[in-house]
Amino acid sequence: MTRLSEAFAKRQAAFVTFVTAGDPDVASTPAILDALVEGGADVIELGMPFTDPMADGPAIQAANIRALGGGIKTSDIFKIAADFRTRHPQTPLVLMGYANPMTIRGADWFASECNKAGVDGVICVDLPPEEDAALGPALRGAGIDLIRLATPTSDAGRLPKILEGASGFLYYVSVAGITGQQQAAQASIEEAVKRFKETTDLPVAVGFGVRTAQQAADIAKVADGVVVGSAIVDIIAKHGVDAAGAVKDYVAELKAAIAGARE
Amino acid sequence: MPDENGHFGEFGGRYVAETLMPLILDLEKHYRAAQADPEFAREFDDLLEHYVGRPSPLYYADRLTEEVRKDAPGGKGAQIWFKRDELNHTGAHKINNCIGQILLARRMGKTRIIAETGAGQHGVATATVCARFGLPCFVYMGTKDIERQKPNLFRMKLLGAEVIPVESGSGTLKDAMNEALRDWVANVEDTFYIIGTAAGPHPYPELVRDFQSVIGKEARQQIQERTGRLPDLLVAAIGGGSNAIGLFHPFLDDADVEMLGVEAAGEGLNARHAASLSGGAPGILHGNKTHLLQDEDGQISEAHSISAGLDYPGIGPEHGWLKRIGRARYDSVTDDEALEGFQLLCRTEGIIPALEPSHAIAAVAREAAQMDQDKIILANLCGRGDKDIFTVADALGAEM
Repeated sequence: MTRLSEAFAKRQAAFVTFVTAGDPDVASTPAILDALVEGGADVIELGMPFTDPMADGPAIQAANIRALGGGIKTSDIFKIAADFRTRHPQTPLVLMGYANPMTIRGADWFASECNKAGVDGVICVDLPPEEDAALGPALRGAGIDLIRLATPTSDAGRLPKILEGASGFLYYVSVAGITGQQQAAQASIEEAVKRFKETTDLPVAVGFGVRTAQQAADIAKVADGVVVGSAIVDIIAKHGVDAAGAVKDYVAELKAAIAGARE
Repeated sequence: MPDENGHFGEFGGRYVAETLMPLILDLEKHYRAAQADPEFAREFDDLLEHYVGRPSPLYYADRLTEEVRKDAPGGKGAQIWFKRDELNHTGAHKINNCIGQILLARRMGKTRIIAETGAGQHGVATATVCARFGLPCFVYMGTKDIERQKPNLFRMKLLGAEVIPVESGSGTLKDAMNEALRDWVANVEDTFYIIGTAAGPHPYPELVRDFQSVIGKEARQQIQERTGRLPDLLVAAIGGGSNAIGLFHPFLDDADVEMLGVEAAGEGLNARHAASLSGGAPGILHGNKTHLLQDEDGQISEAHSISAGLDYPGIGPEHGWLKRIGRARYDSVTDDEALEGFQLLCRTEGIIPALEPSHAIAAVAREAAQMDQDKIILANLCGRGDKDIFTVADALGAEM
């Protein structure tokens, strides 16, 4: 079993948390990652900042600007990941970002760095299955899961294409839109997850717009994982370099709700 | 033609969020159907003739040619011809593409139009076709561009468009495109995104090229009627590259016709510029793989040009491919050289060009002086300069 499949094999839904690497600065990120783990996160998504995050809403756009303004480089991200792996041998770490920073030095270079740093999976926002060749073969060759996104526009005809070459888990972007905005209706989430589960054995994690413990618990009842990003990023925006404590408290609150959801 | 996934060699493709993939596939399906439908072509041609005012004239720039010959070595000084796309309705080539895309939007049953704009010419052209067909129009425009293109801002508002200022990033064209993509991904059901240049995810580079190819098709026929032969050199300014690919494409099989794309060198290629082919590297942005201004980590650099329409850190993928296979040449012209080109055309021909084709004019003067007098240069005058007079006055230190 991989670290990712173990994280999704528990009786409760997995809690997947997102923060942007280097936000608010490179030095603060390790403590924030530790806070996520201590608060109860089962999977960490570490965002790779990009100058042009066109799928992200205002919260994560601002986090990208803060991180790049703080001077983070791709080499810092792999250092953060490798150090995290040393401190937390069991917690899966997924890099999430855009195709250009991931492919600029070549897909093989990126996959090899992921492998060396103990990264478990990669989510590339602007790499649909049609462009898999730009990154997919290199990641699979290095034993890194390529986690694909399904959306409300992914109908039955589209789904097999998305699942081909996908591994780790399926990330259901429950709202057609950018990150951190409105949340999808529970019924539509439930319907979508049910539909995906009929087609794949991959765990299905649901995200976009999830902020409250109640929302997280509702999703945890029907999906294999709950993804929370912008809400955590907002806490970091508010508390800056001292955000770790507040992040841990927030994550713990949502974790408790998720853990109790199926009781 | 690109391959089935929209790749021109290593460039192009469809690097978009999964939410947009079904839309883009649907757009391609509808475009193929439109291409096979004579009624679509008939409606497009009819609007180009009676609404846009095509064909645009092909004009022999007699005094400019003579002016270049004065300073050229003996026997040098090629004949300079201009394709007058600045005489189109709305004052630039952008309208050709907007007519094609709004007809596609109507075929697809879309009821809301979005667009990005840099210089405002594409925004004005989009607002124009939206008014013509009664569709609501939302134009994303960087705050820096709004400041330097106020006449076009007002034009768009007069035409009923809502202009949404974009403050993020550098407040220019690339940021406007990010914001338009964010709008699109959140409004997939009813919205059609009219992209202004031959870039973005497949099939946009191909369909924008096809709609703009009317420039080259007309020019190819006109120059043969007027001179009995094909030109020796085609010249066009390049930001995203839609007017250039529109001129070049119908000549691609004419092996003896050289092609020169002129990028904006801004303050110089060693300083701030917008020349992504001359000073950039391959990368992925805004749905396609293409040449980009970027750092070693793949972070996108801010472009700079005096011309808002060229102020973009990328370029259409087909140009990258034409450069790679050696079919077209690419050079660059600085802000100062473009200003000289601007004044040169005003003075010698009584035509006030936009700052975008002023780059082409500067390159034309440079090239013509090195070519024999029996050679023919055909350049695209892709926009008129009314919108730029404030920027030019400012750059020349003139009081308005």
